Amino acid sequence: MNPGADAREWFEREVLGALPELLGTARRLAKNEADAEDLVAEAIAKAWTALGSLHDRASFRGWLFRILTNTYLSDCRSRAIRPPVESLGDDGEGAGGGEGEQFSIFERLHQPFLLWWGNQEREFFDRLLREDLEQAIDALPEIFRVIVVMADLEELSYQEIATALNIPIGTVRSRLARARSLLQRALWEHAIDAGLARPRSAPLASHRRNVHD
Amino acid sequence: MTERSRISCEQALRLLAEYLDGELSDLARHDVRHHLDTCRSCYSRAEFETRLRLEVTALARVPVPNQFEERVRTLIGHFESIPDPPPPTSADGH
Repeated sequence: MNPGADAREWFEREVLGALPELLGTARRLAKNEADAEDLVAEAIAKAWTALGSLHDRASFRGWLFRILTNTYLSDCRSRAIRPPVESLGDDGEGAGGGEGEQFSIFERLHQPFLLWWGNQEREFFDRLLREDLEQAIDALPEIFRVIVVMADLEELSYQEIATALNIPIGTVRSRLARARSLLQRALWEHAIDAGLARPRSAPLASHRRNVHD
Repeated sequence: MTERSRISCEQALRLLAEYLDGELSDLARHDVRHHLDTCRSCYSRAEFETRLRLEVTALARVPVPNQFEERVRTLIGHFESIPDPPPPTSADGH
């Protein structure tokens, strides 16, 4: 594609249309607003320069988001922050705690022997604020935050993530599982702090871990 | 109709994340789909995980501050054209 006057109009239209998602994604990657805006601006400038390599206007948006993510990753490298492309060996057992098990909010809400008042799943979602989600994601260790953003905000395929991060697909799978487990644990803590009604143990329960007065 | 061995709850739950991510092979996806259609608690789990994912995905879109939109418009306005642009038209966009 050879950028000319009409290409600039088209480019601007497409970019402005994607701006809410570019900025939303950038905020979760960069964690603060100023850096997020700079990241988006940088990606837009790169996209313009690279427009000749785009063969099909229809794939512009996906291509633009790839540039956004790659810009973030290479900015990390140049700032000598441990880049998300590095594997932590066992995928974060150092960073996320040594637990091998997946943390599951659903399981917590459905433990046997506990009595909840009302519909516990709805209680959970009613209390789940957008800012809780934002904070929980922002608090994730870098390599887990990046992969959750790529999978769940940008909705990239495992293969696309593997290519962008230069890791095997198996690692994408396990790292993503670990990241989501950490995220669920963080959201659970937020829910408890927000006063998610704690269940009482049923009278015949053998453990009283969740009993509160 | 092909007779296929059914998968257990444990197997279905192990595959659930990949299923929801759309990353399973046709066969595996069919097996999980069938299990969810016939198992109330796994179905319930899948609904919960789906809802949670939607909440996360919704973070991807934020209101754009006016100042930032202006910054982007200005940025694009200043881009240099590549040499050999198409002939100028009357509607230049500015």
